[in-house]
Amino acid sequence: MSVQFLLITMGDAICGSWRRKFFAGGLAWAVMVWPPAMAGEASVAVAANFTAAAREIAGGFNAQTGHTVNLSTGSSGQLYAQITQGAPFEILLSADRQRPQQAELDGFATPGTRFTYAIGKLVLWSAQPGFIDTHGVVLHQGNFTHLAIANPASAPYGAAALETLKALGAYERTMPKFVQGESISQTYQFIASGNAELGFIALSQLVEHTGGSRWIVPENLYTPILQDAVLLKTGARNKVALEFFAYLKGPQAAAIITRHGYSTAAEK
Amino acid sequence: MSGVKARFKGAFGGFSLDVSFTAPAKGITGLSGPSGCGKTTILRCIAGLTRVADGYLAANGTVWQNGDQFVAPHKREIGYVFQEPRLFSHLSVLGNLHYGMHRAKTTAIGLEPIIDLMGIRPLLQRSPVSLSGGECQRIAIGRALLSQPRLLLMDEPLSALDRHSKNEILPYLESLPAALSIPIIYVSHDLTELERLADHLVVMAGGRVQASGPMAQLLTDLSLPLARLPESAAVLTVTVEQYDAPYDLSQCQIDGLPFFIPGLLGPTGTKRRVRVRASDVSLATRQPSATSVLNVLPVHILSAEIAGPGQMLVLLSLGGTGETRLLSSITRKSWDALELRPGMALFAQIKGMALADR
Amino acid sequence: MWQTIWLTLQLAAITTLLLLIVGLPLAWWLARSRSRWVEPVAALVALPVVLPPTVLGFYLLIAMGPNGPLAPLLAVLGWRTLAFSFEGLVIGSVIYSLPFMVQPVRNAFQQIGDGPLEVAATLRASPLDAFFTVAAPLARGGILSGTILSFAHTVGEFGVVLMIGGNIPGETKTVSISIFDFVETMQWGAAHALSAGMLVFSFAVILLTMLIARHTGSPRS
Repeated sequence: MSVQFLLITMGDAICGSWRRKFFAGGLAWAVMVWPPAMAGEASVAVAANFTAAAREIAGGFNAQTGHTVNLSTGSSGQLYAQITQGAPFEILLSADRQRPQQAELDGFATPGTRFTYAIGKLVLWSAQPGFIDTHGVVLHQGNFTHLAIANPASAPYGAAALETLKALGAYERTMPKFVQGESISQTYQFIASGNAELGFIALSQLVEHTGGSRWIVPENLYTPILQDAVLLKTGARNKVALEFFAYLKGPQAAAIITRHGYSTAAEK
Repeated sequence: MSGVKARFKGAFGGFSLDVSFTAPAKGITGLSGPSGCGKTTILRCIAGLTRVADGYLAANGTVWQNGDQFVAPHKREIGYVFQEPRLFSHLSVLGNLHYGMHRAKTTAIGLEPIIDLMGIRPLLQRSPVSLSGGECQRIAIGRALLSQPRLLLMDEPLSALDRHSKNEILPYLESLPAALSIPIIYVSHDLTELERLADHLVVMAGGRVQASGPMAQLLTDLSLPLARLPESAAVLTVTVEQYDAPYDLSQCQIDGLPFFIPGLLGPTGTKRRVRVRASDVSLATRQPSATSVLNVLPVHILSAEIAGPGQMLVLLSLGGTGETRLLSSITRKSWDALELRPGMALFAQIKGMALADR
Repeated sequence: MWQTIWLTLQLAAITTLLLLIVGLPLAWWLARSRSRWVEPVAALVALPVVLPPTVLGFYLLIAMGPNGPLAPLLAVLGWRTLAFSFEGLVIGSVIYSLPFMVQPVRNAFQQIGDGPLEVAATLRASPLDAFFTVAAPLARGGILSGTILSFAHTVGEFGVVLMIGGNIPGETKTVSISIFDFVETMQWGAAHALSAGMLVFSFAVILLTMLIARHTGSPRS
């Protein structure tokens, strides 16, 4: 607004007549108003485990297009609950396939936009080096008191952990030792603080981490953790949202996703 | 040694205390002085509620404080009556009375006699919050007594009460020395209370003891400010001889001299305390005749002092044995006009007096 | 669901009992001491009121673990960690609800003043005797408030339990965690039922506290 005023007074000083003042003012106004229509915003809900990757992707997108993508992170359940109550998110990057499917069923999602943006990898990790061997035999040996998993009812990594244990035949022995984190981050916290000697988390959480010992669980032991994204109805007419949604499928995003410990659907 | 021997020295904020006194083992010792002179502090020191670094206290032969040695208040066998009754609001009256009783080691002072003495039987089941100030204070006194104290401390127990309640309680207090045989230290700034109750007096000012001794003596000591108070008086002990019913007068005698007091004071031989205000005593160099004043007594002037711009305060000794003292407050004009001087024999007219007990 | 409710009530009851044992002497000291440590300690006690429960839970998780300061003591008892256990929750809850017991009780003790206690001393009551027979009864309004508030506060505890609980049914899965789980798994009906129950319970507690405060809050004669 103050720029307008400045331009108007400049124009006044230069031109000095009513008509020219109006013209200068109108030009100033157009200059002010035009650029924001070019640089837009979009609001994206991101599952907690994908936070780091999402930030990088959004950063790259912002730099390239000059738009601003605003990320809100949380557990998929909380985010979806908010969406059903009218939260202004335009895109949902869930930790699972179930919530985006539910969004389609409940009518919050734009039909036909759902796709798998990342495939999660399950890893058995301990903060102690040498605790976990390269074949996960430690699960059978059982010399630990607490095994941390994410809540299987609400977190896909938790469900995958259960499947893995059952496939290995170690479920009965390890079940009494379960401690459940409400989210993957919390599960990580249990293990990192040493309170649980080991546990199942997402490989993406260990990307920056070199300590401890780990076993990347073979993918044939559990149902693939497909993390789906969906365009919500609130974002259907937002150009920026549409652009970002497409960006997610592109090569730059794919590189970032892989680097963060996920696979992409393209690799399958 | 019996009784109380106390010495306290210390500073409290802007006030310094340096006192040393004794109180006899029986009877009431009054502790008097203006507000802020340290009376309550001394009482608290005796009780152990306040501790001065430099202090000595022995009561009834037991040392309670001496340098580093300090007996905690709950181990001292004292009874303390505060200015406000401070009854426990979460207990009934009976519960309050029982509190000290149940923690005492002896039962010499019984519950029933105290209830009767203080006149609180109808109040026993009540809650203290619904009682009047006078009732509460009586209960507080009873409660302190029932803890079987070997020393009773009373800190202006009547000052928070109205006149009616005061007059209600004073008789109970007067009866205490006869009922108990323990020393009682009674703090008050009200001289009339002390005149009525105390046998022994400790006079204080500015954190120091000015004088201590038998009360009758101190009251008539011209070197003390007591005598110079507007209500200054002498306290006489008279013995009842006979009662003149038609005129409702009791004829008493003091030092062999007759003394008429209105009302029936008691059977022959009863000793009563009488308070004679200095302002009620006038002097005559010749025996007055045809005067309405009943009590005209021969006296000698012991000394006199100027007590204001036009006032003189005269110390008199009653004729006869000369041990009983009287104060007279007259104008300086009269003193000069009558050419009065110490040593003179003359007559004192006593216009009115008050009974200093009951 | 009933197991969860019963566990939550047990946790609240045991925590409140411990808070009475620990909190009353602490409140007494805070109310009566003239030491210069009084205000710092009071501030420390009050911290859980303003601290996000997750912060408290986070530090508790570290403190209770095998790398924390309690580890040697736990090792003696044959424990690896205090987390994921009911006992760990009790300790966390005691710390979390401490100010809710200490502050009302401290205020109540302060209101008593020196008067009644001096009287008690002159009536042969030792300081401990006076505490139980005079101070505590006179402060009963504040003690009752503290008890009810601590109980209710522990029932509603979420952040701390989340951080150190591990969601073990019958051991550390409390009502608040249960509600959270129901939301996470989109079981709205169950979430509503449990939440409504909590709401009614909390309202009843607050109402009760206020009524008691009004009834016993009359000034001393």
